[in-house]
Amino acid sequence: MNESPSERTGIITPFNVIAAVILAVGAVIILIRFVKGLGATTNLTHTNPWGLWIGFDVMTGVALAAGGYVTSSAVYLFGMKEYKPIVRPAILTGFLGYFLVVVGLIVDLGRPWRLPYPFVVQAGPTSALFEIALCVALYLTTLFVEFTPAAFEWLGWKRWRKVVVSMTVALTIFGLLLSTLHQSTLGAMYLATPTKLHPLWHSPYIPVHFFVSSIAAGISMVIFESMLSHRVFGHLVEISHVQFDNITVGLAKAGSVVLAVYFAIKVTGISLEDKWHYLSTPMGHWYLLELLGFVLLPCILFAVGFREKKTGLIRFAGAWTVIGIILNRLNVSIIAFNWQLPPDERYVPHWMEIWVTITIVTFGVVVFKWIVNRMPILYEHPDYRGMH
Amino acid sequence: MKISRRGFLHGMAAAGALATGTAKAAGHRKFDGYPGSFGLLHDTTLCVGCRSCEAACREVNNLPPVEVPVGDKDIFRKKRRTTEKAYTVVNEYRKATETTPAVYRKHQCMHCNEPCCASVCFVKAFTKTPEGPVLYDPDVCVGCRYCVMACPYYALAYEYDDPVTPRVVRCTMCYPRIKKGLNPGCSDACPTGAIVFGKRKDLIKLARDRIARFPDRYVDHVFGEHEFGGTSWLTLAGMPFGQLGLHDGATHTPIPEMATSYLSVVPLIVTIYPGLLLGMYAFTKRKEALALKEKNKAVADTLAKADEETKKKLADAAARAAKDKERAVNQAVKKAGAEAKKAAEKKEDEK
Repeated sequence: MNESPSERTGIITPFNVIAAVILAVGAVIILIRFVKGLGATTNLTHTNPWGLWIGFDVMTGVALAAGGYVTSSAVYLFGMKEYKPIVRPAILTGFLGYFLVVVGLIVDLGRPWRLPYPFVVQAGPTSALFEIALCVALYLTTLFVEFTPAAFEWLGWKRWRKVVVSMTVALTIFGLLLSTLHQSTLGAMYLATPTKLHPLWHSPYIPVHFFVSSIAAGISMVIFESMLSHRVFGHLVEISHVQFDNITVGLAKAGSVVLAVYFAIKVTGISLEDKWHYLSTPMGHWYLLELLGFVLLPCILFAVGFREKKTGLIRFAGAWTVIGIILNRLNVSIIAFNWQLPPDERYVPHWMEIWVTITIVTFGVVVFKWIVNRMPILYEHPDYRGMH
Repeated sequence: MKISRRGFLHGMAAAGALATGTAKAAGHRKFDGYPGSFGLLHDTTLCVGCRSCEAACREVNNLPPVEVPVGDKDIFRKKRRTTEKAYTVVNEYRKATETTPAVYRKHQCMHCNEPCCASVCFVKAFTKTPEGPVLYDPDVCVGCRYCVMACPYYALAYEYDDPVTPRVVRCTMCYPRIKKGLNPGCSDACPTGAIVFGKRKDLIKLARDRIARFPDRYVDHVFGEHEFGGTSWLTLAGMPFGQLGLHDGATHTPIPEMATSYLSVVPLIVTIYPGLLLGMYAFTKRKEALALKEKNKAVADTLAKADEETKKKLADAAARAAKDKERAVNQAVKKAGAEAKKAAEKKEDEK
C-alpha cells in the first residue's frame, strides 16, 4: 500500500543511485577510520580535538532534531490541535536525527564500545557531557516510543498502539524535560573553555542561548522539512493546501517570536558583560553577520510572512534560520574556537570527515523516505482516523 | 582504581548534590591544593633552552629519544607543543639580543589544583593525588577528548593513530618516581637549576624570595600560584607571561567551578517541570472542557428558546383558528336565519 511512484518504477532512480554512491564511499571511510584510527581519516590534532563530527553531527544535529519536542509539546500539552498533522513527521525527523547523532558520536569516539561506561563502570556527574549522555540516551528512547504508534498502525498491532498512545502526555512531558536539559547543556559544555572560545560566543548565558535557539531550530526544521515532504510525497499528504498553509503561517508567528527572544537575550548578554568593543574586530564582524543576518533578518522575514500570509517567504525564512543555526553551532564548536591561534594551528576538516557527515545525513534521508512511504506519517491511518 | 577527591567536590555541590540535596554544601570554603603536595618551579630566567629536560623526560617515560639532538637551537624556529611522544617541549619566546639572552619556556601538564580535565570527564578518568600529580586512568577512558578540548594550557595529547586502545597522553609529574622518593626526570636533568622540585609551598616561598632579591630580573608574579585555582607547576619570568604563551591576568576561579555552575539547574528542571507541565496540560484541558460546556449550554438555551417560540406560535394559531371557526359559525347561522326569513316571506307572497 501507498508505494510512491518512484518505487513503483523500480529501484534505479537518480536519487537512489546518488545515495548509494555516497553511502558506499562513506562506509569505506568509516571502515578506514576503525582500522587505522582517527588520524588516518581526520584533521584532528592535539590542539583541535573536536572537529566536524562533533561540531556538525552532534552539536548541530541535536539542535536540528528539536522539532519533535517543540511540536509534540505544542499539540499535546498546550492544546494547539491544528498542528497535529506535523507532529508525526517531526517526531520521525527527531528520532532519526538523534539516532544519527549517536552514529556520528560512535564514529568520533576513540573507544566507542565503551559508550555505556559512564553508566555501568564509573560515573563522572560533574561533567556536562555526563548529563548530555544520559539525556540523549533517554530521549532517543522516548522518541522511539513516541514514533512506535505509526509503526504499530502499519503492522496492525492495535493493542500495543493503544498502550503507547495512552502514554502520550507523559512521554511528551518527559521529552520536553530531557530536551530542555540537554539542549542547554550542550552549550554549557563550553563554559569549561573560557580561554579558548571567543568572548562574543562564550557567555555564562550560553546554555540559555542554546536552548532558545533550539526551539527556533525545531520550528524552522518543521517548516523546511514539511515543505520538502509536501513536494516529494505530495500524493501521500491528506490535508488540504489551505490547512497546510495555515499551519505554515502559524509556525512563522512562533518562529518570529522565538527569534526575537533569542536576539534579545544575545544582545542583553553582550550588554551585561560589556562586550561591545569586540564587535569592531574581525571576529566581531563575523558575529554581527550571524546575529543580524541569521537571527534578526529571519525574525523580520517570519513576521512579514505571517502578516502578509506569504508562505513562500516563510519557507525561505525557515531554510535561512536552519542555515543560521548550523552557522552558530559551527561558530561555537569550530570557527570561534581556538580563535586566537595562528592559522597553521587551526582546524579545517579533512575531505573524509566531510564525506562521512554527508553520508550520515544521506542515510537519514533514505531511512526517512523508506518509512514515510510505508507508515502512516504524513496521513492518518484509515482505521484510526480522528483518534489520538 | 583511586577514588578521586577534590576537584569533584565543587562540581558535586554544584550538581545540586543530585542525591543528597545539599546544594553548594562547601560553598564558602576554598581549596588551595593539598597541604604538603609537591610541585615544580620553572625559572625561565635561568633556562638556556638546552632541552636536556626533554631528553630526560623521554628516557624515564620509555618514549623514543628526541629527534633533534639536545643543544641544537634550529628546532626553535618552529613553535612546538606536547604530543603523544613528547610529554614536554621547550619553546623560544624571545630571540637573544646583544644585551639580553633568549627566553625559553617549558610546556607540560601544569597539574592543576582543581583540574579542568577531571571535572569535564564523564567517567572520572582523572584524579588529583594528594602528592600533587594529576593521574589518568586509560582503563575507563571512552575517548571523547573533552579533557583535551577543555585544558586551558593545551597540555593534553591524544593517540589519534591508535584505532584500538587510544589514550590521552601527558606529563605524569613522574608520579612513579615521586612515589619511590626520586625527583621527576626533568628536574634532575636540568643543568642550570631552572627546574626545581619540592613541596609546592616551599617553591612559592623560594620564588617570592627570588623576586624580592632580584626585582629587576623578575616580573612580580608567580604564575600558577593562583591561576584558575593554582597549579603544581609554577613559573617565574622576566617578561610578561602573556608573551610566554600563558594567561596574563587569569582569574583565580577554578575552571571546574565555572564549568559546573550550570549543572545546579538540572535538579531544578527535573523537579519543577513535571508538575508545571502537568499543570499547563490541566489548564488546557480545563479550558477545553469549559468551552465545551459553554457551547452545550448555548445550544440548549437556543433550543429551549426556539421551543418556547414555537409553542407560542402554535397557541396563537389555535386561538386564531378558534376565532375563525366561531365567526364562520355565526356567519352560517346568520345566513341560515336570513335565508329562512326570505323563504317565509316568499311563502307569504305566494299565498
